[in-house]
Amino acid sequence: MFKHYFEQVHNVEIWPIISLSIFFVFFVGLLVYVLRIKKDHVSHMSAMPLSEDSPENDINRS
Amino acid sequence: MELEHFKYDNKIVKYFAIATVVFGLVGMLVGLIIATQLFLPQLNLGIPYTTFGRLRPLHTNAVIFAFVGNAMFAGVYYSMQRLLKARMFSDMLSWIHFWGWQLIIVAAAITLPLGLTTSKEYAELEWPIDIAITLIWVVFGINMIGTILKRRERHMYVAIWFYIATFVTVAVLHVVNSFEIPVTLFKSYSWYAGVQDALVQWWYGHNAVAFFLTTPFLGLMYYYLPKAANRPVYSYKLSIIHFWSLIFIYIWAGPHHLLYTSLPNWAQSLGTVFSIMLIAPSWGGMLNGLLTLRGAWDRVREDPVLKFMVVAVTAYGMATLEGPLLSIKNVNAIAHFTDWIIAHVHVGGLGWNGFMTFGMLYWLIPKMWGTKLYSTKLANVHFWIGTLGIIVYALPLYTAGVVQSLMWKNFNAEGFLEYPNFLETVRQIVPMYIMRAFGGLLYLSGAIIMVVNLVKTAKQGSFMAEEAAEAPALEKKKIVGGHWHSALERKPVIFTVLTLVAILIGGVIEMVPTFLIKSNIPTIESVKPYTPLELHGRDIYIREGCNNCHTQMVRPFRSETVRYKGEYSKAGEFVYDHPFLWGSKRTGPDLHRVGGAYNNVWHYNHMLDPTSTSPGSIMPPYPWLYEDQIDPSLTAGKIKALRTVGVPYEEGYEDVANQDLKAQANEIVTDLKSFDVEIPETAEIVALIAYLQRLGTDIKAEPTANK
Repeated sequence: MFKHYFEQVHNVEIWPIISLSIFFVFFVGLLVYVLRIKKDHVSHMSAMPLSEDSPENDINRS
Repeated sequence: MELEHFKYDNKIVKYFAIATVVFGLVGMLVGLIIATQLFLPQLNLGIPYTTFGRLRPLHTNAVIFAFVGNAMFAGVYYSMQRLLKARMFSDMLSWIHFWGWQLIIVAAAITLPLGLTTSKEYAELEWPIDIAITLIWVVFGINMIGTILKRRERHMYVAIWFYIATFVTVAVLHVVNSFEIPVTLFKSYSWYAGVQDALVQWWYGHNAVAFFLTTPFLGLMYYYLPKAANRPVYSYKLSIIHFWSLIFIYIWAGPHHLLYTSLPNWAQSLGTVFSIMLIAPSWGGMLNGLLTLRGAWDRVREDPVLKFMVVAVTAYGMATLEGPLLSIKNVNAIAHFTDWIIAHVHVGGLGWNGFMTFGMLYWLIPKMWGTKLYSTKLANVHFWIGTLGIIVYALPLYTAGVVQSLMWKNFNAEGFLEYPNFLETVRQIVPMYIMRAFGGLLYLSGAIIMVVNLVKTAKQGSFMAEEAAEAPALEKKKIVGGHWHSALERKPVIFTVLTLVAILIGGVIEMVPTFLIKSNIPTIESVKPYTPLELHGRDIYIREGCNNCHTQMVRPFRSETVRYKGEYSKAGEFVYDHPFLWGSKRTGPDLHRVGGAYNNVWHYNHMLDPTSTSPGSIMPPYPWLYEDQIDPSLTAGKIKALRTVGVPYEEGYEDVANQDLKAQANEIVTDLKSFDVEIPETAEIVALIAYLQRLGTDIKAEPTANK
């Protein structure tokens, strides 16, 4: 099995640190995006389930 | 711009809705039967096919994959067409999906009572059905992505993201957890062993809850709740954070199912930490749902659809707070293996999935049949009976869980276990089992009332199979700029890949070290592979679903090492367990140290009539084990399959294995004869006794020098 080639890997401590870094970067990025998002886009998106009966397609407001 | 005319396919939604209702009733009925078996063991009927161990997987599979699954598909097929302003990509794929899924359900309903099972929870179906699930799931995926690609709405609404995440993640989970080596047409062994198998299984099991019961229903919530309340979702920004943080974090939390087990400690801690973090996105989503009703609370009083949805979202909030709390180790030490967990999942299942489905159906059926709900009054009756049912179901089980757990752990002043007999703790909670079954009965009655109401509604309206719609085609012009996320909402393929990456990171970081680093599972020299007879016995144990009520995991607590008279379970003891059989619930006592604890004739009598050795036992008798014979011609195949996945049987052992089998069986039969018991060597009970007597004994043996 392939796992035997990797048995020498032993610094398990690095894994949680990698995880934490990925998370931190991702969520900071997500937060920055959400705070900068434009208002008309938000209202367009959130109105979507309600607007199906009026078939206008609002492509210019992206 | 020119309007395109097209039609929404309502017929497929109708069919999935009917399947939802039919299988919902079946799943709940089976649940009620097994709940009753717990205080009325006679209801096992003394035949193999209806015992608790076989019906319990049928109940969970029926409710999860048949009831919730079909509800998900009905909701997705209706909402996706409208949110994307397009008919489903291919009618043929829609119908292959529908009939394929129903066939899988029927296959499950036949094979599980027959005892054809892998034993891995919510993944019990054997390998041919696993392959069928994969194919049908891919059909669903192609149909969904195809629809997204030919959409007439540039941006994907948040519900669609949840659908995509569901498709991608369930595919990954199912494939990875189903790696197994076939032995016969309906028998396979898990590719993984022991601790690794447990980790993969609960990574799957936990995320089946996350991505089969939660994400699709959050998608449905984001569509049907605004629809029913007739107002937009409270915060679209919050929904973005909700989505990404939920799928990012959920995938890591699986190990909380394995706290205090032989899983390496770092993995357990990872599970705990991520479970606690899950409170944030879960509650973000719940609040987003509830606050959507801002200014419309007066309508909740009148509209049964909103009533069901409010309770559903509230139940989601309760279950997702409780889940993280249960992942804290010292809470888990009390709750794990008890009925507390059963109560917990039913708050989620009955409350969140059930009520969301009911709310959706009460909204969908009148809509598609172009009429009003036949009786709001009946719907209200359903609502109250259902709500009461949930409460009467859950509260006694919470009590039962805590009571029994504390009884397990209670030492008297002299330092001995206060309740050394496990049965004493069972007898204490039997009244609560009765109340729980009554709660289930209430809930099922409510669902039957709904069926009547929906059928009458359909009868008074006329079904619109094809709903005309119009929308301009999506312009092919290139849109530059905009934020990266609004760009993402335009690019479904990139979005899908990113979702995949998000969920893979968690899975990989969690599992790879356990698989690759040897020090995570210290080997024990004296632990040896099972003998051929024990293998047969182990397969009988799996067939009868013993793992549904008995764990094989003595946790490192004094109360457990004293009760089970042996050391706590070590990771190295399970290296040849394909699959692992740790179990998740102790309706009966743990069995990991049962080997040698009783003599052969005790097991013989106990399996024939549990009350003869354990008065008051609620375990069903297994008389067929005494008449049915094992098939020694399968031995070679079992050994070869296990060798393929890494069990060190010597080359050629399969040719002589049956001699060992016969010798070991003869030993047991001879021993039984000294107690005046006559049984053929090939009787299944002999193999099962051999397996039970082996359990947990290797660690006691002196290591033999055979290096």
